[in-house]
Amino acid sequence: MQPPLIQDMTLDARRLLCPLPVIRVQKAIQQLQTDDTLTVLATDPGVLYDIPAWCRIHGHTVLTIEQTKQEIHIKIRVNSLSL
Amino acid sequence: MKQRKAIALISGGLDSMLATKAILEQGIHVEGINFFTGFCVEGHTHAIRQQDQKKQKRNNALWVAEQLGIKLHIIDIVEEYKDVVINPKYGYGAHLNPCLDCKIFMVGQAKQWMDTNQFDFIITGEVIGQRPKSQRKSVLPIIAEESGAEDRLLRPLCALNLMPTLPEREGWVNRSKLFKFSGRNRKPQMALAESYGINKYAQPAGGCCFLTNEHYASKLQDLWTHRGTKEYELDDIVLLKIGRHLRPNDRFKLIIGREEGENNYLEGYCHRFTHLRSFSHTGPVALYDGDNGAEDLLLAAQIVARFGGGQFAETVCIEINTHVDEKRIVEVAPIKAENIAEHWYI
Repeated sequence: MQPPLIQDMTLDARRLLCPLPVIRVQKAIQQLQTDDTLTVLATDPGVLYDIPAWCRIHGHTVLTIEQTKQEIHIKIRVNSLSL
Repeated sequence: MKQRKAIALISGGLDSMLATKAILEQGIHVEGINFFTGFCVEGHTHAIRQQDQKKQKRNNALWVAEQLGIKLHIIDIVEEYKDVVINPKYGYGAHLNPCLDCKIFMVGQAKQWMDTNQFDFIITGEVIGQRPKSQRKSVLPIIAEESGAEDRLLRPLCALNLMPTLPEREGWVNRSKLFKFSGRNRKPQMALAESYGINKYAQPAGGCCFLTNEHYASKLQDLWTHRGTKEYELDDIVLLKIGRHLRPNDRFKLIIGREEGENNYLEGYCHRFTHLRSFSHTGPVALYDGDNGAEDLLLAAQIVARFGGGQFAETVCIEINTHVDEKRIVEVAPIKAENIAEHWYI
């Protein structure tokens, strides 16, 4: 049997103010499987705290955070899913 | 013995944190729930305003959840919440805050989540007498009944002032380890926090909801009055948090950025509004909400000129974009400060 394909989803949360980017991450991750990745594009600097905090309490891993003057890109690896 | 599960309404403040901690201490599995209404104070203006860029930006509910070691589910209720704001059965508080209806609604949402996810009961950080509208002893049963939570709603901080709830009667929770807090005195909560080793917590000034803010409520009332309806969209209520709002007459309102961060944010709405910006000098971005009457646009241009780098110049060139005609530049004299009537400011 073939192992399931790893999916890399991109979520555009630019111009959304917190906590909306976190809410979108919650919804997006529900559609993903373990080891899939989600890259979040955002502009609200609040995501620099909120998304890693949400990932920590839900057991997902932040792989990278890249910040330019205009945008923040956060890549998350989905760990085992629960509620 | 079955592992009992509780869902806690987490606001990000101390009381819900303590209520949750008290139940966690009894070996109950607790997860948190937090609702996004669009009116939450949480960081929006800090996120937008350049001058606030150095302030800490964190979602206090997430922070509390992490301190407690629980999961937090943040739920977008912007659409469902409109009816609470527009038609509150129990009316408004001092401003446009429908606090009792809001509490009933949120506990009702938590009840639905509890049923869907097979949890056993709900926790809130309510304390009798702490808030004049939504935490009076006489209204606590109304919240339990109208939300549908009934006796699956446990208020650990003031439980000993109330009749035992199902989790207490069934022995899921030891009632003798709950509390008897009441009134506005915060010392019992602070002492309890200390006993739990909690020495950091958010202390939101002026509550956690913009609807309790007099200035914000006056802008929302103005929006409703001039639209002739209380209907609103998320963008409407976010824009009320940003910029100077001036209504020189019944035909139009101006939203003028106060600094770079606000100007950048307002830029994102320019495709939806007639907008103005200074062409000859530095100056703000301004959204124009109203009919594009020629005289009104000129008055708007004079006002925008007043709030830019050319405020003392004889004339300033202002670009006006109505999305109907070509962008045009008008040369205007900035309006004098004394000609901006106090009542124009919403």
